[in-house]
Amino acid sequence: MKSLILSVASRALMPTLLIVSFYVLWRGHNEPGGGFIGGLVAVLGLVIMSKAEGVRAARDFLRIEPLSLAAIGLGCSVVSGVWGYIVYGTVLKGVWPFITVAADGSKSGLPVGSIFLFDLGVYLVVIGGVLGMLFAMEEVVAPEPDEDETRDGGAG
Amino acid sequence: MRFLPALLAFMATAWFWSFLPAISAGETRSWAWAWLPDQGVELALRIDGLSLLFALLITGIGTLIFLYTAAYFRNDDRLPRLLTLLMLFGISMLGLVLADDAISLFVFWEGTTVTSFLLVGFDHNRRYARASALQALIITGLGGLALLAGLIILGQFAGTYRLSEMVLMGDAIRASEIYIAATIFVLLGCFTKSAQFPFHFWLPGAMAAPTPVSAYLHSATMVKAGVYLLMRMSPALGGTEIWMWSLTICGAITMIVGSVWAMKQDDLKLMLAHTTLMGLGALVMLLGSGTKEAAKAAVLFLLVHALYKAALFLSVGILDKQAGSRMVDDLGGLRGAMPLSFAIAALAALSMAGFPPFIGFIGKEVIYESALHSAASPLLVTGSALAANIMMVACAGLVAIKPYFGERRAQKNPGDPVFGLWFGPAVLAALGLWFGLFPAALGHDLLEPALGAVTGKAAEVKLYLWHGVNLPFLLSLLTFAAGIGLFLVIGAVRRALQAARVPGAEDGYDLGLAGIDRLSAWVTRSLQGGRMTVYLKLSFAVFAGVIWMAILMSNTELSRPDFRVPLFQFGVVVLILVSTVVVTFTPSRLIAICALGGVGSGIAMLFVMYGAIDVAMTQLLVEILVVVFFAIALLQLPRTPISLGFRPFDMALSVALGLGVIVTLWAVLGTELNLYLTEYFEKYSAPKALGRNIVNVILVDFRALDTLGEVSVVLIAAIAAVAVMRAGREARK
Amino acid sequence: MDFLFVLIVGLLVTSGAYLMMSGHLVRFLYGLALFSNAANLAIFVSGGLSYGAPALIAEGEKAPLEPVANALPQALVLTAIVIGFGLTVFALALAKRAFASEGTALMDDMRSAEPRAED
Repeated sequence: MKSLILSVASRALMPTLLIVSFYVLWRGHNEPGGGFIGGLVAVLGLVIMSKAEGVRAARDFLRIEPLSLAAIGLGCSVVSGVWGYIVYGTVLKGVWPFITVAADGSKSGLPVGSIFLFDLGVYLVVIGGVLGMLFAMEEVVAPEPDEDETRDGGAG
Repeated sequence: MRFLPALLAFMATAWFWSFLPAISAGETRSWAWAWLPDQGVELALRIDGLSLLFALLITGIGTLIFLYTAAYFRNDDRLPRLLTLLMLFGISMLGLVLADDAISLFVFWEGTTVTSFLLVGFDHNRRYARASALQALIITGLGGLALLAGLIILGQFAGTYRLSEMVLMGDAIRASEIYIAATIFVLLGCFTKSAQFPFHFWLPGAMAAPTPVSAYLHSATMVKAGVYLLMRMSPALGGTEIWMWSLTICGAITMIVGSVWAMKQDDLKLMLAHTTLMGLGALVMLLGSGTKEAAKAAVLFLLVHALYKAALFLSVGILDKQAGSRMVDDLGGLRGAMPLSFAIAALAALSMAGFPPFIGFIGKEVIYESALHSAASPLLVTGSALAANIMMVACAGLVAIKPYFGERRAQKNPGDPVFGLWFGPAVLAALGLWFGLFPAALGHDLLEPALGAVTGKAAEVKLYLWHGVNLPFLLSLLTFAAGIGLFLVIGAVRRALQAARVPGAEDGYDLGLAGIDRLSAWVTRSLQGGRMTVYLKLSFAVFAGVIWMAILMSNTELSRPDFRVPLFQFGVVVLILVSTVVVTFTPSRLIAICALGGVGSGIAMLFVMYGAIDVAMTQLLVEILVVVFFAIALLQLPRTPISLGFRPFDMALSVALGLGVIVTLWAVLGTELNLYLTEYFEKYSAPKALGRNIVNVILVDFRALDTLGEVSVVLIAAIAAVAVMRAGREARK
Repeated sequence: MDFLFVLIVGLLVTSGAYLMMSGHLVRFLYGLALFSNAANLAIFVSGGLSYGAPALIAEGEKAPLEPVANALPQALVLTAIVIGFGLTVFALALAKRAFASEGTALMDDMRSAEPRAED
């Protein structure tokens, strides 16, 4: 039951949403956004793709098992915590290796560090976790052709 | 390998032996390590005379019994397990008698309970062994809890958990109002552990354990733990009427009940178990008397009893192994085939019956001596001691004469056992004779310091084999005469006893357990009927009840609500309210999902209006995804019926719950908000965390650990959901 | 406006509870979703409401120039929403699975775990 319109639209929407999601993640520390929201936006993009072209296509696009992606995300967050511990002796303390703070308090440099890594982890966990559930659920609903028809209808 | 435990125990014995000169000179040794410093709990160990006496018994008898066990279970692959458990038990028991900290003592105390449970249930394939193990665990476990309560009461009052400091405060403790409660709890712990009436019945049941275990735990060491604690606490708790009478009466009843029941047993091991009850009862009764003489008798009898009873248990084990049975009526005339075993049994039994020149004789003399001067009731104490001792003579005959004389009967071809089996009991029996012949050193070196710890002041123990012709000696003669007379007619006595059916405390235990079973079945049936809606209704009813109870019990004043709101906001509120009502009552799945989306989007709009941009974005995205998921999932779920009927009770309950939430939340909003954290976050977000979106900075920096936990929860939920769905697919294939 | 928030929470709780007690699996799930919304809103409102001003700091400043909304409950609610979502999806999965194996959506007829007592 593929819809041509949705399929065409998704080809444009999906990359856009992915880029937007990364932008939302990136700016999250200073403007509204962040890992949770960015992750959900990215999920939305892949949801549209899976609706338009099927779960298989979305899975192929992702290349990696969604739960593995989530596990990698959790790993990123944990590593960011360890990073803070190694540098400052406090778990999850923010480390900004590319930023220098001048005497008057003004900052310059690239805002990338352990905090961004942490937020990236959150982003990946949200994408991987939600997509894992979504794919699993869709695959049960629309199983391989040789299986019985799905059950529907009133009970009780 | 299998002799390693015996070797270790022997080394421990030697190590404790090396303290003997110092301790008998009146010194003590102590060690302490901090354990829970905040709670004032430490692992404190202390060796004084009493601890040393027990430690030597535990390690010394332990050495012999480990050796015996290794021989007894020579070709059994369960031997490593048995030896491990026995070692664990031995360590717990040592800790118990060495502990100077009440909490450490309790931990070791429970250690002996648990290892005893495992050892009694060692033959776990037998139903009876499992039931007995559980019975012993329940009785002694409950007693252990009571003991903990007692120790904590004492510790709180005394301001210290050091036993050695508590016993110095005896007068203050006895005068305080906590005395009665503390004493009752401590006595409950001691009486259950040492199998005193009315908790005595678990001990015969514990004979389901292998014989070496019974010899070690249930005669020589563990059951003496209660007696040990009574001795230890005597200076703190003893000397009052309640102490004196509860110990004297319970001890006397246990002694008599144990002796009478011992005579009717067919199984020699069970007979010994009941004579152990007699021994424990005698010890408790003596401790109740409260005189120095009685304490001396108790300390002496403790040693006497451990020596002869362990030897007899082990020799019954030899009979079981070599002659194939331990039933009184299956055995006879074995002295020719098993001369060595007979000699051991005879030596130990003579000490048990209290014939001179064995240490048992001295023990009995000292008991009579002290009984005649008992502070409780000389008549009662002397009378019951006399009766019990007469029966002990008869039982000694049953154990040592019956199997070895008369017509030869055995279940298999008997013969003397290997070295490992006879060595242990032989040493124990020989010690009974040795100490009897040379009692002076024993009294001075070992018993004097122990007695000092029991009475709380320096004491002198002078032991003689020959006391001269006095009243105790005449009582001894009477004991021998009556005991031998009883043994001659023992067959008739046993038949009469076996014919009588007397209800015992065990019936009460069985009734109690059955009652608890019935009660829990009833509670389960009423609350856990298996209907999920009932569970939900119960949960919500409790929830509503708790909320309303809190509301009615507090007297918070509610402010008047203010309804003036801009029209636009009012529109959003109406959208949410209407959508909610639609979800609740629509029969259509499609409309319900749309309405759910309406609720979520409305809430997202509220978030936007009140400055929560990030939250609103999250809410909106999640709401879209919820609709997607519901749409997918509901394809597989049945349509909701047009109507399940209006449910007035459920509606009333829901409204009560909702109203309760409204009132509480409104009351919460009326209180002043503590903005300390918010201000902190606002102040340091930009300078310290280098972020201008405060919400995000809280999430990924200030409270990153919380977020890490939450992210983990998301991952776990995803893994679980995927697993559930995949499992469903597998199941249908 | 505070009170209207509270009123919404109350209605969500009432409807949620009523739906959860209905005994039908699908309605139970609706109820759960409403409950999760109610909880989020309750946390949000108990942090105090302030119209407008999001909790952001302007470029180059060290702290918000004017009073802004309380950021703490927002952070709590944000994660609560995501977790509530995960929970709802998990409940959906369980419900599907239960319906597949029990063959009914009526909760009182699902008795594989606790079979009817034989009385």
